[in-house]
Amino acid sequence: MSEDVTTQSNPVLVHGCPSETRFGQLVVHAARTNHLDVCRALYEDGYQMCVDLTAVDHLVHAQRSLPAGVTAERFEVVVNLLSLQHKRRVRVRTQVAEGETVASLFDFYPATEAMEREVYDMFGIRFDGHPDLTRILMPEDWEGHPLRKDYAQGRIPVQFKGAAS
Amino acid sequence: MSVLRDIADEGLGGMRHNFLTGRIEDLVKWSRSRSSWGATFGLACCAIEMMGTGAPHYDIARFGMEVFRASPRQADIMIVAGRVSQKMAPVLRQVYDQMMEPKWVISMGVCASSGGMFNNYAIVQGVDQIVPVDVYAPGCPPTPETLIHAIETLHQLIEDGEIMRRRAATGAGADVHIQEVPAGLTVPVVLQGR
Amino acid sequence: MTTIEPRIVSAGTSEGAQELQPRSIVGHKELMRESGAVLRMSEADAAALADIASDPDEDQTMIINMGPQHPSTHGVLRLMLELQGETVLRCKPIIGYLHTGMEKTGESLTFMQGGTNVTRMDYLSPLNNELVFSMATEKLLGIDGDIPERAVWMRMLLSELNRMSSHLLFMATNGMDLGAVSMMLYGWREREQVLRFFQKVTGLRMNHNFIRPGGLAADLPAGWRDDVLHLLEEIPPRLEEYEVLMTGQPIWRERLQGVGVITQDEAVALAATGPILRSTGIAWDLRKDMPYLRYDDVEFDVVVGVHGDAYDRYAIRLQEIRESMHIVRQILDRMPAGNYRIQNKKVTPPPRGRIDESMEALIHHFKIFTEGFKVPEGEVYVAIESPRGEIGCYIASDGSSTPYRMHVRAPSFVNVQCLPHMMRGGLVADAVAVISSIDPVLGEVDR
Repeated sequence: MSEDVTTQSNPVLVHGCPSETRFGQLVVHAARTNHLDVCRALYEDGYQMCVDLTAVDHLVHAQRSLPAGVTAERFEVVVNLLSLQHKRRVRVRTQVAEGETVASLFDFYPATEAMEREVYDMFGIRFDGHPDLTRILMPEDWEGHPLRKDYAQGRIPVQFKGAAS
Repeated sequence: MSVLRDIADEGLGGMRHNFLTGRIEDLVKWSRSRSSWGATFGLACCAIEMMGTGAPHYDIARFGMEVFRASPRQADIMIVAGRVSQKMAPVLRQVYDQMMEPKWVISMGVCASSGGMFNNYAIVQGVDQIVPVDVYAPGCPPTPETLIHAIETLHQLIEDGEIMRRRAATGAGADVHIQEVPAGLTVPVVLQGR
Repeated sequence: MTTIEPRIVSAGTSEGAQELQPRSIVGHKELMRESGAVLRMSEADAAALADIASDPDEDQTMIINMGPQHPSTHGVLRLMLELQGETVLRCKPIIGYLHTGMEKTGESLTFMQGGTNVTRMDYLSPLNNELVFSMATEKLLGIDGDIPERAVWMRMLLSELNRMSSHLLFMATNGMDLGAVSMMLYGWREREQVLRFFQKVTGLRMNHNFIRPGGLAADLPAGWRDDVLHLLEEIPPRLEEYEVLMTGQPIWRERLQGVGVITQDEAVALAATGPILRSTGIAWDLRKDMPYLRYDDVEFDVVVGVHGDAYDRYAIRLQEIRESMHIVRQILDRMPAGNYRIQNKKVTPPPRGRIDESMEALIHHFKIFTEGFKVPEGEVYVAIESPRGEIGCYIASDGSSTPYRMHVRAPSFVNVQCLPHMMRGGLVADAVAVISSIDPVLGEVDR
């Protein structure tokens, strides 16, 4: 399926947020302030299952293509929702700057409890209203957030030309 | 041995004398090697192959090891099967410390031996950073034949007493590296040890 | 005699705030969650749970720790349970003991190498992991409609055989966890047959790295039909044996029926997928509802339970082995001839023989294996049905030859969240049955 590029300059609004269709998948770009409202509206539309919640650190990829009206920030919180009745998926991408917090979706999507903790552990994004925002994958006394782009992979040096340094 | 020949010829009644002599040390080592019980330390994919080794087709019960004791107090060999993460490392050490002497460690798979393909922040680069290892078994995961080979190497070392002598001197593991045995092939393997 | 210097290794195993804390210091919301209150319960149900939260006599309850090293063969899952006598009041799973940094590693491996990384996440169905990663990469490349028919059908064959081997391992470990130790031996006996077929086709028993972007790494070997037919003949009578050994047996039923019950609303709220969701009665299977590969071309049934308990999940998986065999039989009959990978020089390496003949082939081979092929910028989420539920791969690419962000939505990571709910009010002895019925694979929980 090819990307629908025409939506980029004049995006269709879904619950007041610009959206686009890429590879046949509907993507809604929410702002940090209405992340919770958009997700709740989609929940009421029938997207009853929150399949996945993750984040991307765009520190070295600031020049990605976004529809008009969306300002790029360092982090993007990506929520994948699924409607069992209509057999459809939608993806919500919310731009979050360093140090800002996002509303937690726990109240109507309890499945996001572990997912948001993982995002906090790996990226350092805090979620307001989450019942227990602690690390989940790393030990409790770990410092740093491993999936950030400024966190090194932590390799020990090996004598191998092809190895990434 | 003439005792065995007598028995082969005439059955148990053919035994001219009914006691065997040997050094206690030898008998103890022989029985230790034939009845070592493993501590379950299956972590990841290697654990599945370890279970496969205990399964009927490969069957380590014939080497006396079908019993995997969950309690480290009752186990002799700790087979570290899988990648050891930073969070798991102190747990590994605690379980190792609870085992009673004599105890041995087999590092199964490349992740346990050296960190494997995961050279990053999350994986301990070789379980020998935490516990002294006696035998390293390569493979990702090692086939059951490789694991059996590693276990038998260890059993041979226990029976020979090599391993206890070394341990008494330095307190370290035997540090024996073996070659991987591909499944379905029987190839003689050269051992490198001290 | 030399004195041995003791090596002091700090063995602190406490995980602080991640553990189950005493009632007095846990927040109200987290307390509800640990007690298994899924927040869309009715007011009355929530109120009924609330009185447990204000139990004044904390001496009556005991917080115990199960794991991360324990005899249940599900890997390094640590469970903290608060018990009153033998009854489980609260449960908190603590994970991360197998965290391997695979998503970080994935950012430094090319798309061709990505399969080796992803395949070790859910190590019981490695081909499904590779499949979802390859499908996501192909979607980004724009070649997902051009994969040759034979490659698609081969992928289906391997995926279904992998489902069979994973469910057979579930039978084995489920039996052993509940005390039917001989089931462990029987389950492995069948699984070995499937693994031997995989070794013949892919070269490895596990972690194959065989399904790659563009198709597969090699064609099926000669004689594969006979091997698969042999499997299809051997396994059904053995499944009948398992029915006799377990399904109708009173002890098995007593131990599994009514244990670990979850309702439809709760399963959807907790995003449980796979056999857990189907055991509640919702017939959701991505192979039927959002078909991929050629699943809309083959006939099979989606197995659904009624009560949402552990017995239903066991029965669903047993029946799914039969459904997979039915699909494999259809694939056997309909496997088309053709290429096992797309003939796109930029994506798939040339045949080895061509490298000697053509300079262009040599250069393509070199470039694909050293630099990797570049994938256009974009992001995509693709999901398939693994034996544990919905496994999804989210790749964000920045136009280079390595993924910018590679995330795998692991079904077990989300399914483990059902544990507090299923265990609440049950006995400690049922805790093992519940964990086993969820069938978590810690490799994909922790990644």
